[in-house]
Amino acid sequence: MIDVRNLDVRFGQGAGALHAVRDVSFSVAQGESFGLVGESGSGKSTVLRVLAGLNPRWTGQAALAGMPLGPRDAPLPRLVQMVFQDPYASLHPRHTVDRALSEPLEIQGIGDVGPRVERALADVGLGPAFRFRYPNQLSGGQRQRVAIARALMLEPKVLLLDEPTSALDVSVQAEILNLLRRLRRAHGLTLLLVSHNLAVIAHMCDRLAVMNRGAIVEEMDVATLRRQEPREAYTRQLLLASRGYDRDVAAGIVTYD
Amino acid sequence: MDQPLLELDNLRVDFHTPTGIVHAVRGLSFTLGRERLGIVGESGSGKSMTGRAILDLIPPPGLVTADRMVFRGQDLLTMDKRERRKLRGRRISMVMQDPKYSLNPVMRVGEQIAEALRGKGPGVRRRVLEALEAVRIRDPERVYNLYPHEVSGGMGQRIMIAMMLAPEPDLLIADEPTSALDVTVQMQVLAILDDLVAKRGMGLIFISHDLDLVASFCDRVLVMYGGRVVEELNARNLRAATHPYTQGLLDSLPRIDDQREELPTLRRDPAWLED
Ligand SMILES: Nc1ncnc2c1ncn2[C@@H]1O[C@H](COP(=O)(O)OP(=O)(O)O)[C@@H](O)[C@H]1O
Ligand SMILES: Nc1ncnc2c1ncn2[C@@H]1O[C@H](COP(=O)(O)OP(=O)(O)O)[C@@H](O)[C@H]1O
Ligand SMILES: [Mg+2]
Ligand SMILES: [Mg+2]
Repeated sequence: MIDVRNLDVRFGQGAGALHAVRDVSFSVAQGESFGLVGESGSGKSTVLRVLAGLNPRWTGQAALAGMPLGPRDAPLPRLVQMVFQDPYASLHPRHTVDRALSEPLEIQGIGDVGPRVERALADVGLGPAFRFRYPNQLSGGQRQRVAIARALMLEPKVLLLDEPTSALDVSVQAEILNLLRRLRRAHGLTLLLVSHNLAVIAHMCDRLAVMNRGAIVEEMDVATLRRQEPREAYTRQLLLASRGYDRDVAAGIVTYD
Repeated sequence: MDQPLLELDNLRVDFHTPTGIVHAVRGLSFTLGRERLGIVGESGSGKSMTGRAILDLIPPPGLVTADRMVFRGQDLLTMDKRERRKLRGRRISMVMQDPKYSLNPVMRVGEQIAEALRGKGPGVRRRVLEALEAVRIRDPERVYNLYPHEVSGGMGQRIMIAMMLAPEPDLLIADEPTSALDVTVQMQVLAILDDLVAKRGMGLIFISHDLDLVASFCDRVLVMYGGRVVEELNARNLRAATHPYTQGLLDSLPRIDDQREELPTLRRDPAWLED
């Protein structure tokens, strides 16, 4: 369903150029959930933006559902949608929930808007009372539910999730992760989930790739992650540091280039 | 006998708003020694307002009251504003949750740290660079000359920590100081704080929403809900919490080695807000 081969992304030119994604390859089967982990700046969001058609300059090959993508191609909203970390930034502050959810339908010329909006709200666990609220009248978790509902309006096959619960309290995170697992089953979605939280990835994904400085360090299945038996030293250090504070681990931290 | 660093009794923070009174902190009491005290709880539970009240930095229309508020034997409630301000930034420092708002936007980062050092002369620049290196900033010479808007969130947090540690305070209040940092950098920054408590006898109030982190880093933990402490625990025993709120938060965390399909979500009980 997702196929990425030798993807390279550079920002800027000349001496100040940044090689943000380096020769990245991976593929995700239909209905599978694939995780991308790595520290900030490792290129995770950039990979997602390429697949969402939001990043116009890249080289390599990328395909979704067998359809090759080009660097300057328009996004394919009926095939792929993206959900961002900060739902406040992705929802227009002066548009009601109703408008946020109707818009994708209207742009695509899809009718039957009212019932579809109500079904979408119910699908993410929000009652009809939420339909005419504004984003500032919603909690963080409710906003993220609306953002997910909006992403699902056009019934895409692929959902790209960029740190979808990083800004939420843990109890709300649990609700959103449960929701995403349920929606994945109900709609047969293929998920590509970016997170810096290894436990979130372990909970949500079948397989994952670890990124460092733009490149994939290693790929593994979730059982390997759960056993905490990665192949690479970089991943081992990441796992150790995620276990909480430890004086000796802190002293032994090294930088990997 | 060792004098406590801070004694707080029945601390309250109220906001009088047009739609009513918001009780942000409702009767908080604790005594702090030269230790690492964690404060955990969900957003809105009153963690930041507790830290700010100790520093007299509650924004209007917030009102602070307490039966007792004593720092190293000095009564903070009767102290005049000037004395209180002198304490702040010298003996008591706070790393604010959002570094962007607590750094001066029109002053270079290095100059701000130099000012916090209250030093002059040729040695100051070197001490600033050392302070930046201590918080694992790789290129301190370059960072010295940057303005706050030119640094990332994680870098801003480290700059704030460097700045707040510069005057060697007796008490550091750190409000989510490592939330924007990668786990490896977070560990290194915590090790710096750990050293200051162990070697210099600094007291640390470590505010965080990350229960596992606090359990592994602190000595003692206060769990806040709705402006109150619902449970106090030895950090090592956090997993053995008995309050349903604390248990609920711990249960809702996904863990690397568990295979639960569905994560339990928190069911809030109005009784948690009562005494
Ligand atoms: N539009 C852009 N222009 C310039 N640099 C960018 C842009 N987007 C991302 N970058 C840089 O590319 C690198 C990878 O960024 P990103 O994909 O956002 O990382 P991650 O999501 O893993 O934190 C970072 O160094 C980032 O600063
Ligand atoms: N200016 C204000 N007016 C009214 N209520 C406020 C104001 N500032 C903060 N509060 C309230 O104080 C409570 C505690 O806030 P805070 O201490 O920042 O929580 P935390 O740091 O635990 O997330 C919140 O419920 C918030 O709504
Ligand atoms: Mg990102
Ligand atoms: Mg706070």
